[in-house]
Amino acid sequence: MENEAGALSRVAGLFSARGYNIESLTVAPTEDPSLSRMTLVTRGTDEVIEQITKQLNKLIDVVKLMDMYEGPHIERELMLIKVRAANGGREEVKRLADIFRGRIVDVTDTLYTVELTGDGEKLDAFIAALPQADIIEVVRSGVTGIARGERALRV
Amino acid sequence: MVFGYPGGAVLPIYDALYQQDKVQHILVRHEQAATHAADGYARSTGKPGVVLVTSGPGATNAVTGIATAYMDSIPLVVFTGQVPTALIGNDAFQEVDSVGITRPCVKHNFLVKRVEDLAETIKKAFYVATTGRPGPVVVDIPKDVSTQVTEYRYPKRISMRSYNPTVKGHPRQIRKAVELMLEARRPVLYTGGGVVLDKASRALVEFTRLLGFPITNTLMGLGSYPATDRQFLGMLGMHGTYEANMAMHNCDVLVAIGARFDDRVTGNVEKFCPTARIVHVDIDPASISKNVKVDVPIVGAVGQVLREMIKQLKATGRRPDEAALAEWWKQIEEWRAMDCLKYDRDSDQIKPQQVLETLYKVTRGKAYVTSDVGQHQMWAAQFYKFDKPNRWINSGGLGTMGFGFPAAMGVQLAHPDETVVCVTGEGSIQMCIQELSTCLQYGLPVKIVNLNNRYLGMVRQWQEFFYQGRYAMSYMESLPDFVRLAESYGHVGMQITDPADVEPAMKEAMKMKDRLVFMNFLTDPAENVYPMVPAGAGQNEMILV
Repeated sequence: MENEAGALSRVAGLFSARGYNIESLTVAPTEDPSLSRMTLVTRGTDEVIEQITKQLNKLIDVVKLMDMYEGPHIERELMLIKVRAANGGREEVKRLADIFRGRIVDVTDTLYTVELTGDGEKLDAFIAALPQADIIEVVRSGVTGIARGERALRV
Repeated sequence: MVFGYPGGAVLPIYDALYQQDKVQHILVRHEQAATHAADGYARSTGKPGVVLVTSGPGATNAVTGIATAYMDSIPLVVFTGQVPTALIGNDAFQEVDSVGITRPCVKHNFLVKRVEDLAETIKKAFYVATTGRPGPVVVDIPKDVSTQVTEYRYPKRISMRSYNPTVKGHPRQIRKAVELMLEARRPVLYTGGGVVLDKASRALVEFTRLLGFPITNTLMGLGSYPATDRQFLGMLGMHGTYEANMAMHNCDVLVAIGARFDDRVTGNVEKFCPTARIVHVDIDPASISKNVKVDVPIVGAVGQVLREMIKQLKATGRRPDEAALAEWWKQIEEWRAMDCLKYDRDSDQIKPQQVLETLYKVTRGKAYVTSDVGQHQMWAAQFYKFDKPNRWINSGGLGTMGFGFPAAMGVQLAHPDETVVCVTGEGSIQMCIQELSTCLQYGLPVKIVNLNNRYLGMVRQWQEFFYQGRYAMSYMESLPDFVRLAESYGHVGMQITDPADVEPAMKEAMKMKDRLVFMNFLTDPAENVYPMVPAGAGQNEMILV
């Protein structure tokens, strides 16, 4: 979409005005600074998704739109998670982070902060694997994605 | 021509207007009226309407008119003043986030932050407003931007990478549609405002005559097919004719052209056209399969697609099944014989239907008719037979009371020599009554037909039908003396109370070519609009008289 003030609020406004739900939304400028790329995750029947697609395409600031689920694609989300890691629990958190291929990016006497990348399910699984009482803080970037193979979203 | 109202943030623009004579500015008495007047101008000419208002309350007053235009896809360019860029976000005097407030009811909007961008933005605004599915565009101009000076460069052409409306219908889809129409045994054409907007009336008439199919228009499409033609079934929908709604319900092929399956048309979508295969032609892909799933979608400009269909139909050399069509017409004529618009012609009270029939007769069907919203709007749509497009001007989508009178000013300014009539009620007219003053200033001889039944009639009708006659707040008490009110504004007022006086009074009013005449008809307060498809019912479940 056009990297312009107000473009994001047009998208957000469309979803709230028409009663669609945004599960996650990420947006950042691309290699062309006049363009931003937004990845938005929503849910609905085929009819609803079709209507959302058409309504988004109508927005003047939307340059091009692609439904990732129409083909094979890669989804990634970044999570930073702060976990209490003291005494016996310390080793367990480290081990779990290794299993999920996470990295410990900050350490104190009693805490680890783990950085983890993957699709949404993997991040959910990691959170579920940790002792719930030890989770201090979770921050997730929202999903971003790219199509596999030749298929590409280009202007 | 610009419709507007000055204020602090637009003083530099008004100062520039003062020093030129190319742009005529019409000073309204309320910003809502500026947008409705520009809207009436646009609907009656096919050209974009232009509005200029100040920041803050100027912009918020304009919002109702912008939303009205948005719902009916009318091209408007609305310039709003804004506080200087340095003050934006500071809760400055007369500051409001105009771009934010109008965002959900515009096709697009712009905040101009640099004077160098101004000319190109204005070009873009007109381009976006008038192409594809038209709509209102707001351009918000901070006061420092309109004060600064730059070299004037207005681009001749504009292209926007993110905005390229599809105009040409897909040939294969058009072929499919033609095939379906040739196979039809009980077809109906259902056409709407898109035909008017795309100036495709002539193509529609040729297409309809070529096929011999029955045709019905939506409220917004009236006039795009001549109402006096035998193939015309009248308006469809909640207050549509029996024959139009029954034909819809029983058809086997429905061809929707420039119409959007509004809930006032479809009734209960579960019960909508149960036996039909549906073709839908629309410039806006988002309108297709939004409310009702269709079998043959065609995205494209209505006129282009119609002309292509005519070409392909002729090329096949085939005709729809004549015998089946004759049988279908026989059935339709039976429905038509129900005479669903009949009313008591011997009443000693003035019936609103009589007023509209007389208006049609006295103006010989040639007037531009604007309306407000309510019962009078439906009676006007039912009883004034429009044979030409752009003559019927009403707020169909948003249903804005107060629209009709200022819209009539815009129409009259665009067509100074034509008869322009505003059909209204004592509720609606009071929502923009202040424009009587504007009409005096510019000598606009609008004829106001006020169907005064001392009730918010449509509200009263619903309360009678669905709320056991509990008439909550639908009685209009303490009404002004409309005759003296009109006179105090410098116009002519007439009071008509006897059915026998309706025609002579109207003739007399129409003779006053250069005067605004306010005709106050005291009509039967208990009259209802029939037929009626109650909300949530199927199209065949009409309440008749």
